[in-house]
Amino acid sequence: MYFLQQPKKTKVVLLACGSFNPITNMHLRMFELARDHLEDTGQYEVVQGILSPVGDGYEKKGLIEASHRGEMAKLAAESSSWIGVDTWESRQANWLETVKVLRHHRQELLSREPDTDVVGTAKAGRKRKRMDASNEPRLMLLCGADMLDSFGVPGLWKPEDIEEIVSSYGLVCITRGGSDPEAFIQGSDLLWPHRHNIHVVREWVANDVSATHIRRALRRGHSVRYLLPDPVYIQERRLYTTESEQRNPGVVLAPLQKHAGRHE
Amino acid sequence: MGRIPLVLLACGSFNPITNQHMRLFELARDHMHHTGRFQVVGGIVSPVSDSYGKRGLAPAQHRVAMARLALHGSGWVTVDDWESRQPDWTETVVTLRHHLQKLLGQQPSAADLQMPHSSLEGSSEPPQLKLLCGADFLDTFRVPGLWRAEHVEELVGRFGLVCVSRGDLQADRAVHESDTLFRHRHNIFLVREWVRNETSATEIRRALRRGLSVKYLLPDAVIDYVREHQLYTWQSEQRNKDAVLRPLGQQGAPSEPLNDS
Repeated sequence: MYFLQQPKKTKVVLLACGSFNPITNMHLRMFELARDHLEDTGQYEVVQGILSPVGDGYEKKGLIEASHRGEMAKLAAESSSWIGVDTWESRQANWLETVKVLRHHRQELLSREPDTDVVGTAKAGRKRKRMDASNEPRLMLLCGADMLDSFGVPGLWKPEDIEEIVSSYGLVCITRGGSDPEAFIQGSDLLWPHRHNIHVVREWVANDVSATHIRRALRRGHSVRYLLPDPVYIQERRLYTTESEQRNPGVVLAPLQKHAGRHE
Repeated sequence: MGRIPLVLLACGSFNPITNQHMRLFELARDHMHHTGRFQVVGGIVSPVSDSYGKRGLAPAQHRVAMARLALHGSGWVTVDDWESRQPDWTETVVTLRHHLQKLLGQQPSAADLQMPHSSLEGSSEPPQLKLLCGADFLDTFRVPGLWRAEHVEELVGRFGLVCVSRGDLQADRAVHESDTLFRHRHNIFLVREWVRNETSATEIRRALRRGLSVKYLLPDAVIDYVREHQLYTWQSEQRNKDAVLRPLGQQGAPSEPLNDS
């Protein structure tokens, strides 16, 4: 009998960094789209998704407390068998560059029991084995096309960080109306050599429902039901108001502050 | 003057029901409430019957069951299967007449409309029933043979429309370009959904056929139901492939209700 040998699939863990202010169905859709896309190539097996809300030190306008954002993300991901929330980034005192968050999570993955795919199911008492390189899940950054475009914003990203992200990790980028990630990659000498490590997932159906839109609707007393998994948490605590949107009004976004110091 | 109690009726395939469908109700309720003139007291999802003959239409019993699962816990929108149980396809206006009669004829009952009894009390205004739809619906009036002129007149004159559309001006243009709609423009409420949210039932069926995820586009309970009953496959999309849409078969000589400008 002849059995067709299945090529070994690379295990992938998807990490999404963002404000999640609040988390929306669109955010969760990104994970689903990314997983379908990667697995459709036949080369990957997506074993885990991690939502990593940014810390309060990011100082973005209208950003509410990380504790709430983390809790909402947890509630939203509850019905998922593979997506979870990690609050390490949000608990750091200062804002952290994305590449540092990636490094942290890769370290976490490496120090896990080798035969467990999901965090938290490691059997107690097992001797730690060194993770076989070929078995190590690949950590990739999941983002929208707007994050990719933000690579072009002067002072927002360090070139060496972008290089590390696309070479040592990998990017899974979900398109959004009005952006063309392939064109952006084409026009970037930094990204172009690593294009095979940048997976562009085309979302054929426009879905522009953003956290910004949801916060606006909430301020105006409009319903946001069916746009996020469960608006009850927000409604009970009246989290998003005209006042909350005024937080950090004139403050310079943390990454820009950090780099301003560097270039002087 | 008290607010007019208002019930919103949505007719459609709901094949399957999606978060987008349920958003229409939420958007419409907010809008009508903010006019200051209405108190939205109920919403009705009325899935079309199987005899509609649309391509890929799943059996009515399933579409009704899925809608009920989706709207479980809604608090104000319910599913009515009267239309789906009729032996032949029912004109929209006939469905509206049926539901208005029900609304006016009986004592308001919480069981019927899942609304507090008190919301109809205290209002001197009789309740109204309006059709909830998307902008594409207004364009269907132009399709030859699809609508009877007198039905369009009754729909927008006697009942009224609450039409939810994107930020473009498609709906405004449709009203402008038809004398019938223009005449009743005060009974046509245009609700803007400024962000694009185009995840339609068609897209969802496509994703399901291809084994792709539809999670977060419709409630989990509906996804589970679809899987359990294996509802949307390549085979199911072939249903009614060569059939003529029932309204086109029924109306006889084609009329163009909106070609009057």
